[in-house]
Amino acid sequence: MDMKAAPKHKMGLKERYAAMTRGLDWETSYQPMDKVYPFDKYEGIVIHDWDKWQDPFRLTMDAYWKYQAEKERKLYAIIDAYAQNNGHLNVTDARYINTVKLFLQGVTPLEYMAHRGFAHVGRALRGPGPRIACQMQALDELRHAQTQVHAMSNYNRYYNGLHDWRHMYERVWYLSVPKSFFEDAVSAGPFEFLVAVGFSFEYVLTNLLFVPFVSGAAYNGDMNTMTFGFSAQSDEARHMTLGLECIKFLLEQDPANVPIVQRWLDKWCWRGVRLLSLVAMMMDYMLPKRVMSWKEAWEMYFEEAGGALFKDLARYGIREPKCMQQVRLEKDHLSHQVWTTFYNYGAAAAFHTWIPDADEMDWLSQKYPESFDKYYRPRMEYWREQAALGNRYYNKTLPMLCQTCQIPMLFTEPGDPTKICYRETSYLGDKFHFCSDHCKEIFEYEPEKYIQAWLPVHQIYQGNCFEPGTDPTAPGFDPLAAVLQHYHLNFGRDNLDFEGSEDQRNFAAWKGAVTRNQVG
Amino acid sequence: MSNVFLILQANEDARPIVEAVMADNPHARVSESPAMVKIDAEGHLTVRRDSISERIGHAFDLQELHLNLISLSGHIDETDDEFTLSWNS
Repeated sequence: MDMKAAPKHKMGLKERYAAMTRGLDWETSYQPMDKVYPFDKYEGIVIHDWDKWQDPFRLTMDAYWKYQAEKERKLYAIIDAYAQNNGHLNVTDARYINTVKLFLQGVTPLEYMAHRGFAHVGRALRGPGPRIACQMQALDELRHAQTQVHAMSNYNRYYNGLHDWRHMYERVWYLSVPKSFFEDAVSAGPFEFLVAVGFSFEYVLTNLLFVPFVSGAAYNGDMNTMTFGFSAQSDEARHMTLGLECIKFLLEQDPANVPIVQRWLDKWCWRGVRLLSLVAMMMDYMLPKRVMSWKEAWEMYFEEAGGALFKDLARYGIREPKCMQQVRLEKDHLSHQVWTTFYNYGAAAAFHTWIPDADEMDWLSQKYPESFDKYYRPRMEYWREQAALGNRYYNKTLPMLCQTCQIPMLFTEPGDPTKICYRETSYLGDKFHFCSDHCKEIFEYEPEKYIQAWLPVHQIYQGNCFEPGTDPTAPGFDPLAAVLQHYHLNFGRDNLDFEGSEDQRNFAAWKGAVTRNQVG
Repeated sequence: MSNVFLILQANEDARPIVEAVMADNPHARVSESPAMVKIDAEGHLTVRRDSISERIGHAFDLQELHLNLISLSGHIDETDDEFTLSWNS
């Protein structure tokens, strides 16, 4: 008898994936499946065969842990080295750190929300393939939130505005933009969430934040943001692939899914475009050394890459998102309009603002030949002149907000950059306001949802944004000061112009200390 | 035909990967930005395990790409030996 063991058969990647992601589930018998998975049918999406879902990377849980652990080791080695070596003093200038503040206040909490969203959606889908994909993505998003908090905590030791980001995220006016975006997504059904976050946001839009902006962070000497940004983006590349897979899966399962998916694409591409207006301003105004303009990044990652994607999806009967025409018109104006709004409301923001210097304005002219010199340079030069005369004006009144995206009404009419775009509609006797036709259309499809929006300006006027015991009728009451107190925003330290700020003074003093010995 | 792209970190791990990809895909173009390398190619782009192993002098698992990957576009087909990005149109 031949006792020699048969040579072990080593499974290939595709077999390994099938073995570790299939046959893990079972049909329930005590309770009907529809009661165990109550959310995966009501949106109208029809699924015939869950096993048609394939992760193109074929990542199994064991490989996932192995590579994620390796990423973490690299990440923390760099973060530690950066902190030990006083890396923060190597950034181009301290204005740069304001991008880090905005990232921590507005992006990191979204990572955590994405973690919660994918954990929830994973539970809601009855197919094992997408459940495993959602489980990995939920873990990734939690890792992003944690590594970002760890990495940026180093800046909190030295600079203002980073001390209470979680508290601010729940309250501060401009942070209601990212917050309401994600709350809209997590309160939708599981398939809409996947299309919103997995596809529209991850595939079509996150490249703009995590690729050119993070490359810009590296260019400005911020090894910290470069490493957490690219480490997160290595997971995002996987998420993008899953987002695309999710779309193909839905479109191939049943023709009835096509119009539903198309409506979600129209909605969420527009919601994402509005959200990214913050990134537009970070790239064109807040990076002291620029890698590329927002417009160039937009053309590369949205128009070219997104265009290729939608051309490919045309075979399913999917067309480009409806907003394409409007976003083409806006790309010459977006970053300038958003930055000037923050300059205007600089007293109420938890980061510093400034007017670009002469070189920076020339760069903007060169990158935006159609718009900068004509519409924006004259205003900025006027404001700089006024500030030099001691007339720096901070707007302390409250703007009207769009009911859907919650951004102040700052965007102009498509095709006319001299006229603010206002839209309105009525519902149950109340009037609602919008920044655009697209935001109005989103509202009109689900008014019951959007009338519940927590709009910071309305809340302030209703007296819900003051600390307990505040008396708005007291003589000399300063509403802005009371609201900032409620935000935990320190007036004169976290807000106002960069010029004259504590950050500016400290950075200059510490930089000086790097090359001189202290005596005495 | 649309372009696909692959973006990797600009570091020592990724350098031989970029070299291998460029040798295997003569139609691809490389562009460098701070801290990253972007490879664009019309229609399709293939990463071959053997080409990378030859350059680094030891075995390479294509899933190690995840460690230095920043972004990509196109449909993915991955086996033990090859990783391909492509568009159908």
